Amino acid sequence: MKRYLLLVLAFWAAPLAAQDSLPPAPYAYRQLDDPKLEAQAQELMETLRCLKCQSQSIADSDAPMAGDMRSQVRQRIAAGEDPEKIRAWLVERYGDYVSYSPRVTALTWPLFAVPLLLLVLAVLLLGRRLGGKGRS
Amino acid sequence: MNAPSPRPRGWTLWLPLALFGGFVVLVLFGLFRPAGREVASAMIGKPLPAFELRAAVPDRPGLSSRDFRAGTGAGKPRLLNIFASWCIPCAVEAPQLEQLRAAGVEINGIAIRDRQEDVAAFLARNGNPFARIGADDLSAVQLGIGSSGVPETFVIDGKGVIRYQHIGEIRPDQVPLILEKLKEAKR
Repeated sequence: MKRYLLLVLAFWAAPLAAQDSLPPAPYAYRQLDDPKLEAQAQELMETLRCLKCQSQSIADSDAPMAGDMRSQVRQRIAAGEDPEKIRAWLVERYGDYVSYSPRVTALTWPLFAVPLLLLVLAVLLLGRRLGGKGRS
Repeated sequence: MNAPSPRPRGWTLWLPLALFGGFVVLVLFGLFRPAGREVASAMIGKPLPAFELRAAVPDRPGLSSRDFRAGTGAGKPRLLNIFASWCIPCAVEAPQLEQLRAAGVEINGIAIRDRQEDVAAFLARNGNPFARIGADDLSAVQLGIGSSGVPETFVIDGKGVIRYQHIGEIRPDQVPLILEKLKEAKR
């Protein structure tokens, strides 16, 4: 009996001031009514980083701050703002870190250029090998 | 079946292995170097975005971006402290904020996602060094200034420009640093 009582009490326990007690932001867990706009918002939210839990997107995270970010994204998209504008607004505040969608900049261009270079090199090398074989 | 392919001679034989080894070293380096978990605001040097927040507690006025350019301390750098009653390090930094207030620094607070009675209880317990406290229920101002958690403290100069961001609680040995940053913001 005592065991069961303890078990019931365990479910009663309130977490110790770990999170805030306000209800989530209006559009944190509510989709936009227009499915086309919601799809736009969803696509953007999946490529924005949650700043509290840094390996999750804000679409995946249950952190209150991610909820606030989702709500803001949805409301701004509902107001007709362009998703890339919203991303740029966040990048202006948090740097490229907040975005999961990489940009070509003075620092990152090798990441885009090197695979192309390797591909061209491989084609040239293969061409020479195969061509050489034909002739011999 | 296959015609014997010409063997690469000398060092070229080892080149792919060396490249691979170099790649492994690079990955290990990135793996073991402690990665920074803090996200710095990119708003340093930019003006505070416009906002208008209701009062978080009855005995202090609310906070708007205009308050950083007006009032009795016009032209003087001020602190903007982002805090919350549910944040434990915020209680840890309370004595340091009090120390800064006693040194004549105007501190304005923004309470993130907080209830009036919770903020009041927090201030009753830890002291109230704030001249004004705005309530940011949707983290909108927090997102607007590039802050990613609580507590964070920003130095705002007399023209309303963000000059410095302190991430995490202000520890006792960091009070001189904040005073120094305030002095720098005066120039």
